[in-house]
Amino acid sequence: MDPWFSASGIAAAVAAGRTTAEAVVETVLERIAARDPALNAFTAVTCERASAKARALDKAHASGLTPGPLAGVPFAVKNLFDVAGLPTLAGSKINRDRPPASVDATLIQRLEAAGAVLVGALNMGEYAYDFTGENVHDAPSRNPHDTDHMTGGSSGGSGGAVAGGLVPIALGSDTNGSIRVPASFCGTFGLKPTYGRLSRARTFPFVASLDHVGPLARSTRDLTLAYDAMQGYDPEDPACVDRPVQPVLPLLEQGISGLRLAVAGSPHFKRGATPAAMEATDRVAKALSITREVETPEDGRARAAAFIITASEGATLHLDRLRTRPRDFEPAIRDRLISGAMVPGSLVVKAQKYRRWYRDQVLKLFEGVDAIIAPATPFPAPRIGQQTMMLEGAEVPLRPNIGVYTQPISFIGLPVVAAPVPLQPLPIGVQIIAAPWREDVALRIAYALELADVVAAPRPAE
Amino acid sequence: MNDARDDHVDKLIDASAAALGIPVEPDWKGGIKANLQVTLRAAAMVAEFELSDAAEPAPVFKA
Repeated sequence: MDPWFSASGIAAAVAAGRTTAEAVVETVLERIAARDPALNAFTAVTCERASAKARALDKAHASGLTPGPLAGVPFAVKNLFDVAGLPTLAGSKINRDRPPASVDATLIQRLEAAGAVLVGALNMGEYAYDFTGENVHDAPSRNPHDTDHMTGGSSGGSGGAVAGGLVPIALGSDTNGSIRVPASFCGTFGLKPTYGRLSRARTFPFVASLDHVGPLARSTRDLTLAYDAMQGYDPEDPACVDRPVQPVLPLLEQGISGLRLAVAGSPHFKRGATPAAMEATDRVAKALSITREVETPEDGRARAAAFIITASEGATLHLDRLRTRPRDFEPAIRDRLISGAMVPGSLVVKAQKYRRWYRDQVLKLFEGVDAIIAPATPFPAPRIGQQTMMLEGAEVPLRPNIGVYTQPISFIGLPVVAAPVPLQPLPIGVQIIAAPWREDVALRIAYALELADVVAAPRPAE
Repeated sequence: MNDARDDHVDKLIDASAAALGIPVEPDWKGGIKANLQVTLRAAAMVAEFELSDAAEPAPVFKA
């Protein structure tokens, strides 16, 4: 089996008896063993578990049971998802001392119930407080399109594993952009659903009021297959909203006729944009025949408010660890977290008040538009270790600018598909932002763009 | 506070570290201070935005 097969292709082949789950998993495990030393996407490969699961699937299929929609599809998860038998690292050194998880995260259970096979856990920035994909404990994950470049973070291993052809589907988390940034840098599709749509149960948190989880894949169809299999209320995540499952796969072919589309026109979404980011957005806007811009108000302040809430809530989560094991953190993360503990509460509450105002303003815009297009990152993947960038003729710190376009959107929980535009030498993503609970709209647009050959996950040279 | 003046930030770091029981070593202070100044500048941007007394916080997004 070609490891570049799509998830939907694998599931169809397994269901039709053209291959077996065991054969698929064997191929993928060989592929990971061959390629991961260069990409460093995985922190654990669950070979025995995956082989046992694949054999059980094949046995059930042979006995006449109908295979699930993800039959035999290998997938991997950012290492903040609980995997039974492994300590949940969340990219840290400290969590290595935790006892192994006893139960899988809900989303792993749901993917496996649909026939998918977990093959491992993926590298990430420490405690998800990172946009680079670098990690001092596990070493950086590397971009499959050029291994000297960042994967983006914090779901860096998820971006690298999917873009590098190690797995067709990976799960990540997105607090301020941590699915959309690696999707942009690695050239994959990524879905950050509406806040409260997918269960975060048994994942290691970061910022409870901003944390989302979602899939990355090499096509809209695969992204949708995974998303549909994971939907559904889960009382074990207090933020998960009790809504009916709304399968999107049957809607993908509907097309985009009648949808009201616009480009994000406020200065915030142009500030610091490189020619690559502008070209990617222009290509998408042209393919969708968009002639209209909408201005989301005060986006810079929205980003600032997300920054404050992140600093404070993140620090609160880690306060005991900062008191007792400060030397075991990555130094840059430790300094950031300690500073977050020192932000006065009055400023944090104001940021939460601002959040409601900004949300109300943006929701009003969605009364007149169904989706907004914006760049995902200001630039394609920088080099690993790069500290500064040129912005309007001045050298500025790189890292604070990576999430500039993603932060205002996750701040108010809107669903977004990050879709890759295959520019050379490196791809870059575009955000397709929809109204709350309208993941279907964003996915339909991504699918239409894919059919028009405007967005695609490029296959890297090896 | 919101002008993030150097001496105010230094004092805030020392006082907060003591009050919160976080052992801050001298060579960490530069990094903590740089981060705190960025956050306080962001906070000033948000704080200067006028909202009514009736404005409710939105700690969790609901459609």
